[in-house]
Amino acid sequence: MTDADAPLLQVKHLFVKFFTRRGTVHAVRDVSFDIARGETLGLVGESGSGKSVTAQALMGLIDLPGRITGGDVRWHGQSLLEGDGSLLRRVRGQEIAMVFQDPMTSLNPLFTVGTQIGEVLRRHRKMTRAAARTRVIELLDLVGLSNPGQRVDQYPHELSGGMRQRVLIAMALACEPQLLIADEPTTALDVTIQAQILELIADLQQRLGLAVLMITHDLGVVAGLCDRVAVMYSGKIVELATADDLFHRPAHPYSAGLLRSTPRLDVVIPRLVSIEGSPPDLVSPPVGCAFAERCHLATEECRESMPGLHFQDDGRKVACWRPFEAEGPAPVTAGEGGR
Amino acid sequence: MGRYLLKRLPQGMVVIFGVTVFVFIVTRVVGDPVKFMLPLSATAEQRAAQRHVMGLDRPILAQFWSFLGDVIHLDFGTSTYVRGKAALSVVFDYLPRTLQLVAAGMVLAVVLSIPLGLLASRKPGGALDRALTSLSLVGLSMPQFFLGSVLVIAFTVKLQWFQTGVGPLHRHLVLPAVCLALPAVGRLAMLVRSSMIDELNSQYVKVLKAKGMPARRILAVHALRNAGIPYVTLLGWEIIRALAGFTVVVESVFAWPGIGFMAKQAIAQQDFYLIQAIVFVVAVMVVVLNILIDVSYKLLDPRVTLR
Repeated sequence: MTDADAPLLQVKHLFVKFFTRRGTVHAVRDVSFDIARGETLGLVGESGSGKSVTAQALMGLIDLPGRITGGDVRWHGQSLLEGDGSLLRRVRGQEIAMVFQDPMTSLNPLFTVGTQIGEVLRRHRKMTRAAARTRVIELLDLVGLSNPGQRVDQYPHELSGGMRQRVLIAMALACEPQLLIADEPTTALDVTIQAQILELIADLQQRLGLAVLMITHDLGVVAGLCDRVAVMYSGKIVELATADDLFHRPAHPYSAGLLRSTPRLDVVIPRLVSIEGSPPDLVSPPVGCAFAERCHLATEECRESMPGLHFQDDGRKVACWRPFEAEGPAPVTAGEGGR
Repeated sequence: MGRYLLKRLPQGMVVIFGVTVFVFIVTRVVGDPVKFMLPLSATAEQRAAQRHVMGLDRPILAQFWSFLGDVIHLDFGTSTYVRGKAALSVVFDYLPRTLQLVAAGMVLAVVLSIPLGLLASRKPGGALDRALTSLSLVGLSMPQFFLGSVLVIAFTVKLQWFQTGVGPLHRHLVLPAVCLALPAVGRLAMLVRSSMIDELNSQYVKVLKAKGMPARRILAVHALRNAGIPYVTLLGWEIIRALAGFTVVVESVFAWPGIGFMAKQAIAQQDFYLIQAIVFVVAVMVVVLNILIDVSYKLLDPRVTLR
């Protein structure tokens, strides 16, 4: 059944809604992207843009009152959403693994690190307790924890945040997955630890050849790590481009705004420019482009009809009626900010 | 652990001492056992003579010192209600009945509250949850003297399924145990429900799902053990309250001859010696239970260190 030519992961027209007391929140609206074997895709956006919800939907982790209301997620060409969920159960933790934002609350406080990593191996690899323990010690060593033989018997509260995130990465890598979903893995950590964790992920990716979906609001993370980047805004992907294209020639005004508001070491920007206004309420998303209200280039057309995600000449995809042209003004450089 | 006990034991002794002194003062101020020891026809002189024999006419401080001297040797005097018997041995005669009742009631409370709480937590806000929550509220707000009377009228007088007093356990222990358990079931089930809802919505459960752990293991191994920590706290408290209070009501309603029943009799008869012995034994049990609860935290939660 597995289609050898299919991309590793395909997300097709995914919709996720949350049915709350306040109304239906359209958290993810028609999101599509692929991830190839060994590729790193960045999923970027501000809080509430739907990037974490998208990631959780891939893993079947949307809890009530939320629900996937449309679209499909295909793993090696096979749907993870259709059927009785047995494929999802098999794949989860084994072929697709996930690392979450908050290492402080992601571990059960009552069990040792060894038990919690070991149970993945015992479940998916049917290992004995002793074999799992040996493998756990190897994994702890792989993610760069000192004294793994001692750490294996420690409880989460005996470890720092950075060490816990390493434990969670070890847990995710236990069954040698093909795809690692990292949902803001460094947000809760100190800056120095952040860099270490990102280096660790990049290094493991090289060594183990795994694909990574890196979810972040930090463009710095994307620049260092990702092959391609999808920019999300108000539950939709507004631009999907190679990291290089996005950083040097953003086509969507939102991508450009995001870049202008990010401090950089390599380009001198007189001052950081924030994007005026705030994103729309997703209980009643606008008919037109969700960014129109904050966009200086918006016209009547932008407000009245929603732009689709279309290919540009240079191979990137942009959802905008008036994208910056490939050779157009580079909005990152100094002097462009005030436009 | 050793250091913890070294600290807790003297603290416990202070508590027991304080309670004993308090009861001594209250009984001396309020009561007079002689009133009930002699027949109504006894003259004032006869009563005064009896008081003199018992040393009750001495100054209160003198009485207190000799009382303390006796207590150190675990001598609480001779009961006036159960004539001629050492008060402490009266307590030990009736204590097993109380322990039996509390054990039965608490086992029942645990056996009922965990499944009920789990059922209610499966779909928060659902019909089953609302029904069980309302039922729990009724259970926990029902006064035991009323609940007990209702049970006696329904099952002993009308249906004649069970009896009061002592006898074969299946006929005599069931009703008082149920009466003792029901309010506790209400409180414990509500706690199981709310802590399971919290645990199942926690981040570590999401991580467990992402790891591909089966729902059964997440519930039974991970969430249940975390929910066990507040549960043990409340259960310990329920046991203490049952031993040190509720049994007085329940044993009286069902004529179950335990120390709660005897406490009520001793108070009615102004039997200082028996009251003091009962309160002392209950205080010791409460102190020991509190230490046991602390130790059980240590067993359940690796983050706890006993100091």
